[in-house]
Amino acid sequence: MKPARIVITGVGLTAPNGNSLTEFRQNLLHGIAGIERMEIRYMGTQLAGVCHYDPLKYQKKKELRVGTRAGSISIYCAREALADSGVNFETLPKDRVGIYIGCTEHGNVETENEIYNISKFNYDTKFWSHYHNPRTVANNPAGETSLNLGITGPAYTIGAACAAGNMGLIHAAQMLRLGEVDFALCGGISESIHTFGIFAGFKSQNALAQHEDPHKASRPFDKARNGIVISEGGCLYTLERLDDAQARGAKIYAEIAGYHVNSDASDYVLPNPTRQAECIRAAITRAGLNPRDIHIVNTHATATPLGDIQECEAIRAVFGEGCPDTYINNTKGYIGHCMGAAGALELAGNLPSFNDLTVHPSINVDDLDPACALPGLVLNQPRTVAKVDTILNNSFGMLGINSALIVKRFAA
Amino acid sequence: MTKDECKQVVLDIIADIAPDEDLSNVKPEVRLRDQLQLDSMDFLDIVMELRKRHSIEVPEADYQHLASLDSCAEYLTPKFIALAAKG
Repeated sequence: MKPARIVITGVGLTAPNGNSLTEFRQNLLHGIAGIERMEIRYMGTQLAGVCHYDPLKYQKKKELRVGTRAGSISIYCAREALADSGVNFETLPKDRVGIYIGCTEHGNVETENEIYNISKFNYDTKFWSHYHNPRTVANNPAGETSLNLGITGPAYTIGAACAAGNMGLIHAAQMLRLGEVDFALCGGISESIHTFGIFAGFKSQNALAQHEDPHKASRPFDKARNGIVISEGGCLYTLERLDDAQARGAKIYAEIAGYHVNSDASDYVLPNPTRQAECIRAAITRAGLNPRDIHIVNTHATATPLGDIQECEAIRAVFGEGCPDTYINNTKGYIGHCMGAAGALELAGNLPSFNDLTVHPSINVDDLDPACALPGLVLNQPRTVAKVDTILNNSFGMLGINSALIVKRFAA
Repeated sequence: MTKDECKQVVLDIIADIAPDEDLSNVKPEVRLRDQLQLDSMDFLDIVMELRKRHSIEVPEADYQHLASLDSCAEYLTPKFIALAAKG
């Protein structure tokens, strides 16, 4: 039996440069980045991508006080996705809804806050918050979403470093195909800018971007790139089996065409282009396509000197010179690295290409690194193309987890 | 500290931990949980804030005394006075 066809029917997001798909897409087409200076505990001013959604749109003040930023971002994105999907949520059986949220890490923010808190009390642990455990359990973002929406189906997170956004979608598609749920909220989120540890860690790794102009700090593929801009963000989708979506007359953004996940098994932090290429090839094969059938490749490139080159090596190995209709872009120049949200957000930013046949560019490439000069790279200006029927989204993460997700234009 | 001042201390804490609640008509003799949306974690918050802000300790066996504003005042006012006397 052929596996059920899975479609995307709703998108909810918050990014450093937009709080809806429409706003996000407009800014991607107009080269508008969303990076700013932010005070980070112990470290002073750092560059970061900060989201400016209204947390009180879907939560009470008390929920915000008790819960986490990751939970709040998740709730905002989930509610926005549901509204966008047009589903009648009241009549949706809540025990048949799954919540699958990818995140790079969770709990660092709250743990750092509590240690800082007890430092004001001579490190006496009797001042440690009783909310620490519910705030830091790994399922917190999904759990808070289930509480907010009254969803009683499975709700959990998927830890997959910076591949997590794709993983949320892939896992949801799998669960829908298995019949575990009938409706899924899925994608990825990140609250990472609220932990100094991630900034300090990347700084110690010499991988934290610096630039006098915040909007120019994140510059994948540029010769002068000097590291990552850390960002928060979230993007959750509603996924359904095609039959269910059609039965309720849902609008369909795209169909899940193929995916693959593998591991480098070679280093804690250094990417492995051979495994990345294997991952991309396997996703294309699963989709029943050839490399020349892929029209947009959204790269993971984070603007580290080595990582960008290695991903380009992987892409060159798969696509070579024989894919004239394949265009390549990157979203991190606008929004920095949204960690667990990156894959989900970056896919969303490209979905409108099915309708407007425009590929959003990679920005901040003033001097293209020859090692990143891939054929079909769209730089600095959007490009209108003849055909966009497929989008391949790369997301890779530490400890060598690779994910490639392909969506295609829906055709009945 | 008077009992009314003590009630205000508790109300100030509740205002922070239950920011959506209207505290303008809290009846001092009625259990807080019967008139406000407070759960057991919120009462732990009250205990924690008394500890943090005022160095007042409320042992678990005494949590019952935090049921209403009146009972809070009865139980906490002597503690505040004793603390002030210690200087």
